[in-house]
Amino acid sequence: MRRILLAIAVFCGVLPQVQAGDLQDILQIHADEVAKPSRRSVSVLLDDLVASGLPQVTVFLEEWAEKNVWRGPDGLFFLARADGDTLEIRDVDTGETVSIAKDGFLQIKPNGGVRRVIGTALVQFQLSDPDPARRKAALEAIARRPEASQLAPLQASVETETEDSLRARKVQLANFLSAQFGDTADVRIAAIESLSKDTSVEARSVLNRILSTKEGVTAGEADGNIARVLDPFVAPDAFYLRLVEAGLAPPVVTPAEIRAGLEQNVKDGRAGGVPLAQLDNDAQRGRAYIQLAAEGLVPPLVTAADRETALSEHIFYERYDEADPAITAAAETALASVTARVGWEQTIDLGLDALSLASIYFLAAIGLAITFGVMGVINMAHGEFIMMGAYTGYVVQLFVPDYTLSIMIALPLAFAVTFGAGVTMERLVIRHLYHRPLETLLATFGISIALQQLAKNIFGTQARPLTSPGWLDGAWVLSDAIQISYIRIAIFVLALLFLALILFILKRTRLGLEVRAVTQNPGMAASMGINPDRINMLTFGLGSGIAGIAGVAIGLYAKVTSEMGADYIVQSFMTVVVGGVGNVWGTLAGASMIGFLQKGIEWLNPSNTLAAQTYMILFIILFIQFRPKGIVALKGRAAAD
Amino acid sequence: MAHSLKFTSYVTAALLASTGIAAAECADPVKIGVLHSLSGTMAISETTLKDTMLMLIEKQNAAGGVLGCEIEAVVVDPASDWPLFAEKARELLTVHEVDVIFGNWTSVSRKSVLPVIEELNGLLFYPVQYEGEESSRNVFYTGAAPNQQAIPAVDYYLEELGVEKFALLGTDYVYPRTTNNILEQYLKDNGIAEDDIFVNYTPFGHSDWATIVADVVALGEDGKQVGVISTINGDANIGFYKELAAAGVSADDIPVVAFSVGEEELSGLDTSNLVGHLAAWNYFQSAETEANAEFIDAWKEFAGADRVTNDPMEAHYIGFNMWVNAATAAGTTDVDAVRDAMYGQEFPNLTGGTAVMLPNHHLAKPVLIGEITADGQFDIISKTAEVPGDAWTDFLPASKVLTSDWKELGCGMYNMETETCVQLTSNY
Amino acid sequence: MRRSFIAQNPSVLWFLAALGLFTLVITVLSEFTGAGVIPTSFVKTLGKTLCLCLIAIAMDVVWGYCGILSLGHFAFFGIGGYAVGMWLMYARTETIVLESLSTQVIPPTPQEISDAIGNQIFGVVGSSEFPLIWAFADSLLLQLLMVVLVPGLLALVFGWLAFRSRVTGVYLSILTQAMTLALSLYLFQNDSGLRGNNGLSGLQNIPGFETTPQSAVSIVFFWASAAALAAGYVFFAWVVSGKMGSVVQGIRDNEARVRFLGYHVESYKLFIFTVTAIVSGIAGALYYPQAGIINPGEIAPIASIYLAVWVAIGGRGRLYGAVIGAAFVSLLSSWFTGGGAPPINLGFYTVQWTDWWLVLLGLSFVAVTLFFPRGIGGLFDYLVKKP
Repeated sequence: MRRILLAIAVFCGVLPQVQAGDLQDILQIHADEVAKPSRRSVSVLLDDLVASGLPQVTVFLEEWAEKNVWRGPDGLFFLARADGDTLEIRDVDTGETVSIAKDGFLQIKPNGGVRRVIGTALVQFQLSDPDPARRKAALEAIARRPEASQLAPLQASVETETEDSLRARKVQLANFLSAQFGDTADVRIAAIESLSKDTSVEARSVLNRILSTKEGVTAGEADGNIARVLDPFVAPDAFYLRLVEAGLAPPVVTPAEIRAGLEQNVKDGRAGGVPLAQLDNDAQRGRAYIQLAAEGLVPPLVTAADRETALSEHIFYERYDEADPAITAAAETALASVTARVGWEQTIDLGLDALSLASIYFLAAIGLAITFGVMGVINMAHGEFIMMGAYTGYVVQLFVPDYTLSIMIALPLAFAVTFGAGVTMERLVIRHLYHRPLETLLATFGISIALQQLAKNIFGTQARPLTSPGWLDGAWVLSDAIQISYIRIAIFVLALLFLALILFILKRTRLGLEVRAVTQNPGMAASMGINPDRINMLTFGLGSGIAGIAGVAIGLYAKVTSEMGADYIVQSFMTVVVGGVGNVWGTLAGASMIGFLQKGIEWLNPSNTLAAQTYMILFIILFIQFRPKGIVALKGRAAAD
Repeated sequence: MAHSLKFTSYVTAALLASTGIAAAECADPVKIGVLHSLSGTMAISETTLKDTMLMLIEKQNAAGGVLGCEIEAVVVDPASDWPLFAEKARELLTVHEVDVIFGNWTSVSRKSVLPVIEELNGLLFYPVQYEGEESSRNVFYTGAAPNQQAIPAVDYYLEELGVEKFALLGTDYVYPRTTNNILEQYLKDNGIAEDDIFVNYTPFGHSDWATIVADVVALGEDGKQVGVISTINGDANIGFYKELAAAGVSADDIPVVAFSVGEEELSGLDTSNLVGHLAAWNYFQSAETEANAEFIDAWKEFAGADRVTNDPMEAHYIGFNMWVNAATAAGTTDVDAVRDAMYGQEFPNLTGGTAVMLPNHHLAKPVLIGEITADGQFDIISKTAEVPGDAWTDFLPASKVLTSDWKELGCGMYNMETETCVQLTSNY
Repeated sequence: MRRSFIAQNPSVLWFLAALGLFTLVITVLSEFTGAGVIPTSFVKTLGKTLCLCLIAIAMDVVWGYCGILSLGHFAFFGIGGYAVGMWLMYARTETIVLESLSTQVIPPTPQEISDAIGNQIFGVVGSSEFPLIWAFADSLLLQLLMVVLVPGLLALVFGWLAFRSRVTGVYLSILTQAMTLALSLYLFQNDSGLRGNNGLSGLQNIPGFETTPQSAVSIVFFWASAAALAAGYVFFAWVVSGKMGSVVQGIRDNEARVRFLGYHVESYKLFIFTVTAIVSGIAGALYYPQAGIINPGEIAPIASIYLAVWVAIGGRGRLYGAVIGAAFVSLLSSWFTGGGAPPINLGFYTVQWTDWWLVLLGLSFVAVTLFFPRGIGGLFDYLVKKP
């Protein structure tokens, strides 16, 4: 209370008095560092705080990291919570609380780097804290910044740990630490060997830290724990540069330096004895420069032969930072085995990603496959039906704040909305164009741009949030390399469901039978008493409805914008055409092929996703040339086009 | 033929936003062209800037206009169509005879407009952060050059967060490409090995981020602190941040600093999983100054209570006020006179401190780094002193030797080594 | 022969007369002659519109006459623009570079000149090396040859592959669309060496004519566009009026029957596809110097669809229909989106045309396909036949 009164007193112009011996005093000694902490220099303050042994240090550090420390106008530090314009301040030593106007107080915001250092400092206090959350925080801090000094307290705390998950984590971390900082070589090697099956990023980073190397070059024998000797002739330019940097060879004279050298030594319209007008090619410039070098006016040229001798006279090597060859050898073995496993896991992960992409393409394209395949109608507005579905999801979330419930409502509602839109479009437009398939393309394109613009007018051009329910957050983690987000799994399941549903409708229901009949021969089907008009309408509605559901799914994992449909339409067409028109299995095959192909090309060229997409389309163009009817060709109306 | 004539006059008549009765004693009305897309893909960002300009002009008119004249806003819509930008710029300068243009967002639209502006000696204020490597006599760049946004952010990574391994993720277009080129060189100069820099480019609107996020996570396998520098543009950010959140990448493990994500972009996202990730700008809405509070209030009153402010808006705010002051100082809106009066113009930033117009047509502005908060705003965590904008970066060998000084040297692309002016027009 | 061609196609003369008159009037009223009634920016718009009319004719021949709904002709248009743009950029930059290097003591080597030009052109996109595809950029003649050769060869190879495999109808449309998408994605990459998303800019500044005012440059390009349109019109009118025209239209109406009559259908289709691609390239080469900038966004698949829509609205299977469609829709579009149309106040809502024009346009496609399959050109039939 005393100090708070002081703070208030300062407003009235009374000078503050600082008494020695408590936390505030230490903070005042390092006032600048507390107010504007930096990762590199904060440790001095932290050491002092820890050394003080004051019990209130822990709370202060935690609050400081959480940006809950404020500095008053008098320069004193308080723990504080802001509430509107008032501030509830708490004395760092006594814990007394009072509310005060916010003016003049400054919030202190340690950055991420400082917070990490604070976390490390807190480890010793938190490792055996009764609160499991604090113990967990301590373990996270260790994982982020492993230090030798943490090993002993960590091992000591394993005994008293009551929670199984935390205890397992402690054992794991202790193992990581002893691999790096263990007392004896045997302890370390044992720990290292136990890591040879651990594919986590942390375990790999432990091994890689042990195996860190430094490059060097020497004229004589390389000594120390040498990792490998390098061959300079694979990249002579780069290795020569290293020699130059090490001061072991003269630098190469660049063309620009030749030019500058010549310019500085122009005499009577000549440089190095050559008239200036003739110096417009490298050969003449070289001759002139050698002349100047011979006169000692410029540094001599380094010839190719000079360079070669310099490179062959030196040994380029990488040396382990770790001096003990037994330890590095063990780590190399462990790492080799881990790397092999990680390679497999990454392949599996890539496969999962490809599967996920394929399921998204499948979901986006299946509705199109039905309308295109069964009716021979190109629906360019299919992408806009996807968009409509996504916006339906967004609107539902505006009214139903519970995310789980809103998705449950949005899925059938999106189906209903786009089913309705599809049927309307079929009745009003497409019905009249069955004999002019190319013109349905135009008409539906017209509808597509109208719908897109309409969405812009209604919802704005900005992306709208469609948030997935909490239980779909996060990822299914098999290992650090193999993980896939729940939302993608959900989309995969949804795609499977629709595959089953459509197969069921087509193969097991009266409607399906009629649809298949109309697909194969509409005239004959009509004469058997099937009403092709009704079938067309229902199929179109079904195809559109599925697009709506796909829209909700895509909106959940990516974004909801008026242009999202356009992103998928070309891809969807290609999926359908590659797979083979009019066949659900064909679409599945097409989606899988495109999904896996895209991921495959991305893997070959990880730095340029755009190039991967370009090459994939080129591949598809070529593929269609050789299999014009797609992977699964179908006979019937669609096949005859 | 009459049809065409009528066409043009229609355009003219309709585009002049009515600003009430022009001051009678004004022989030469002051016209300001606003060249921002109101439709198409860029409408979302640029419409905000058009509204900002209208608000600023309204405010200025209420305060008596400029040089005793009421300011007339001429708004045209280049519809996110880059060639149309050139056409509309020509229309603004020759048909409407505007005194100054405030406009453009994308670099490609600026490159489209440059030849026209230079040919007709117009004046353009460009308010968006860009890749630099350009200097036009007729353009004032009020947004950030790379050294006013990217370089300080990387310094923050190196110094404050101790990042040792970098993932440069960007959308495949000129701003990320050039910025990443500069950053790669800068990082190498700062001792980061080439193997520790991972670069990836994705298309506009990319949504399939799982593999890329997995690649970034895997970068941590050699025990180095990994940081992501994102120049991902627009909508693609939504999928990226969602995937990041799903993979459980926290800002404490792998921080992401973005150069193209502001308050506007965050409003399409649930930010609760993104708390602590970073953005670097010259302005954040959360800056606590009186000028900013006033600006935000005026904006909300003008455009709606749920609207947010962002960095390019501040750039227009500074640019517009500087232009008004320069025109007042010059006593005319003549382009050459105003240009001369612009050098050394000072105007207070919304975030505190003062922006100064430099002879290279860039501003000296402070650089802010903010952490994303759960309510879609940024918590300002670091603020530098004013950094002078640099048209030609010092970190690429070809542009290292170049400098821009329109005041003393009268050249925007001056080679300091050979002491010659490479060209007087800009390199569009 | 020629007499009979004109006699068979009276519309050709009418068209040429109308185009000539139009060109004359615009010239007289332009800033070039000092009349200044029509601003230079609008002359450029009109010149560009003429180029769009030219590609629309090509589209009409390939679709309206031959029945191939190509969604790739705007890609050829873009290639033509890029080919001429490369020379324009190179030559302009070369002039600047040579001038700045000329002040130096030691004359530059060819390598230094090339580096300096590369640095100027690619420096802004963060690179400085000359990609291989710029090998001929220093020669106007070779680049003009590219305007014809590259679209021609691409169309020839693509068409040969597709027609050989009997890819027809909707499949072919999607395939051509995929080609367009692949090309635009390729150009979007910075690594493609054509400055990625920025594309080639400053194309309105013609090297060698730096001091010529844009009012003159624009009118010359306007004339060139008009001449190209006239030549294209006469050429295609000739192509579609003879025996070849009959075969081609036969293919459109029933491909199998024509094949059974003994004609080599693929060759005819390939010829039409390739020739129209070349004309599209030429149209693009004239268009982009007037637009001033070309970038991958121009080639996006949607542009080709719009092209089909112009032709559909103007009226397929008649050349003047394509011209009307392209001119009408593109000028109307710029009128509406340029804020030219006054907003309509409905009391509860004000219709801003920048927002609603696309909705109107989209719905009008639907209306045209449903109710006026002959397009605006069909009105002429009505007028001519009725009395």
